[in-house]
Amino acid sequence: MVTLPAAQARAARPSKRSARVDPNAVHARRSWWGLGFASPHAIGLALFTIVPIVASLVISLNNWPMLGSPTFVGFDNYSQLLADPIFRTVILNTTLFVILYVPLNLIVSMGLAAWLSPKIKHRQIFRVLFFIPTVTPIVANAVIWRMIYQPDGLIDATMQSTIGVSAPNFLADENWAMLAIVAMSVWQGFGYNMLIFSAALDSVPESQLEAAELDGAGAWTSFWKIKFPMISPSIFFAAMMTLITAFQVFAQPFILTKGGPGSSTTTLVQFIYNQGFVFQQLGVASAAAWVLFIIILAITAVQFLGQKKWVHYE
Amino acid sequence: MSSQTINSRAARQHPPTSSLVTVNPRGLKRRPSKSGSRVRSVISYVVLCLVALAFISPLVYMVATSLKPAAETFTTPPTLVGSAIRWENYSEAFSYLPFGRFLLNGLFVAVIGTMINMAVSVLSGYAFSRLRWKGRNVVFVLFLATMMIPQDVLLIPLYVMMQGFGWVDSFQALIIPFAFTALGAFLCRQFFLTVPQELDDAARVDGAGVVKTFFHVMLPLARPTLAVLAVFSFIAYWNSFLWPLIIINDVNTYGTIPLGLQQFFGQQGSQWNLVMAASVISMLPTVLMLILLQKHLIRGIVTSGLGGR
Repeated sequence: MVTLPAAQARAARPSKRSARVDPNAVHARRSWWGLGFASPHAIGLALFTIVPIVASLVISLNNWPMLGSPTFVGFDNYSQLLADPIFRTVILNTTLFVILYVPLNLIVSMGLAAWLSPKIKHRQIFRVLFFIPTVTPIVANAVIWRMIYQPDGLIDATMQSTIGVSAPNFLADENWAMLAIVAMSVWQGFGYNMLIFSAALDSVPESQLEAAELDGAGAWTSFWKIKFPMISPSIFFAAMMTLITAFQVFAQPFILTKGGPGSSTTTLVQFIYNQGFVFQQLGVASAAAWVLFIIILAITAVQFLGQKKWVHYE
Repeated sequence: MSSQTINSRAARQHPPTSSLVTVNPRGLKRRPSKSGSRVRSVISYVVLCLVALAFISPLVYMVATSLKPAAETFTTPPTLVGSAIRWENYSEAFSYLPFGRFLLNGLFVAVIGTMINMAVSVLSGYAFSRLRWKGRNVVFVLFLATMMIPQDVLLIPLYVMMQGFGWVDSFQALIIPFAFTALGAFLCRQFFLTVPQELDDAARVDGAGVVKTFFHVMLPLARPTLAVLAVFSFIAYWNSFLWPLIIINDVNTYGTIPLGLQQFFGQQGSQWNLVMAASVISMLPTVLMLILLQKHLIRGIVTSGLGGR
């Protein structure tokens, strides 16, 4: 809040004078105040979000090396991407991650939210516990799991000493690497949705559940017939946010596998990173980023259209 | 606009306090047909504890490894304690790379960034809720629309912009581009909408202008909301990885914790006990915040549904 006292001093004089003028003038004055209050934030957002998003489109239409001057190439970067087999692999990898991660995340978070009902003792402690990995640096989380997945790491050592069989080398095995990344990501990420679902479940009126119980509904039926429809707006919202963030997965594979083995776990954002900051082709990187943006927009639109079928607002 | 509708609905649906203080009706209205339910709930509780234990085991493994001698990091069967408790691992981790510097850098970036974020958000949130001005709704919709933009689309143009400013390898580059989040404006606006209009009117009758009303009446009221925003913002800065990875080449001078940890892992990857000590250090600030400010944090997530993602 370093800048505030100055703004206050500048503003103090006119405000004192205009306190007793007629309502219309007050309205006009307020108009300027509103703009003034909003403008630091608006200018910041314009400069660091809106200008870049437009610039990103422009860059994607150029051959833009990191050092040196850009040349306009139209949609060449996009057609180059579409012809690139690695880009196709990367899209498939990212889609696979999303398809595995999003439902798992929602099931685990919903299951625990339902389990952690208000009747559970020390419920708040459990909630905080399950939330810890969402606030710790994702790099640190990934480093821990790298050790866990390692040969002789926690999983392998436990398996060797209990059932006498070695675990697969998860991160070096093409069949396991993506699953390992998904498992780690669910562990680290479901806390948000768990809290949202938990609060939503708390808001389901007790009277409705009791009525259902009198009608002979068991826990399973009352969950699907009463609780689920009532909290469907929360589920929709959580599913959307999870989907959007899942498409942007980067740090977990970057630390755990570096995208390997081969390029079997390279995700779209890592592809953008490599194109931009390893191969220094900012134009291609921007084009790939726009592909990501368009995928996210399309999926969001589809979800919004599809929600009418299962989301009930009051 | 539909995303706004969902947010405000979500906010209305979950009154923040109900999730935290809930009356426990256990044993009051128990029907005789449910005599077995006590046993079942005990079993359920035990299983829940086991799940929680399994969930937390990676973190326990981290702390355990961070205190072991180097030769004992991989043992079969895995052990909790090595032949000696080596606190020296922590000081050794600090001496390999300037982790003290990374901690200070991270704190500096997160604190300054959070302060800017809070200042601009509380001002714009006020403008979007209590002040009437031309274009207000259009600007607010634009704000919300920016929440839809994935950060990754901004990385390349922001990098080019930082090149133009000469900000590559600087604290400004770590702080400024991400200090203006629409989430902050949204949280503050939602809060100010709940403040009764009578408070403004009373202040105006007392002769207070817009600025005085804001600083003397509204700002003090907004403190809990600002606390929520501060926690979100701090955690986002502290954990941020991809942007620092791109914009900082001189890690020893400008590196924050995730960047330092990644570099340390690259260099000392085989010395797992030291890597784990560094990981423990990197987690302490935000875990402490979570434990101390859990109520604020949970309320913020429940009302906005998005904090810190």
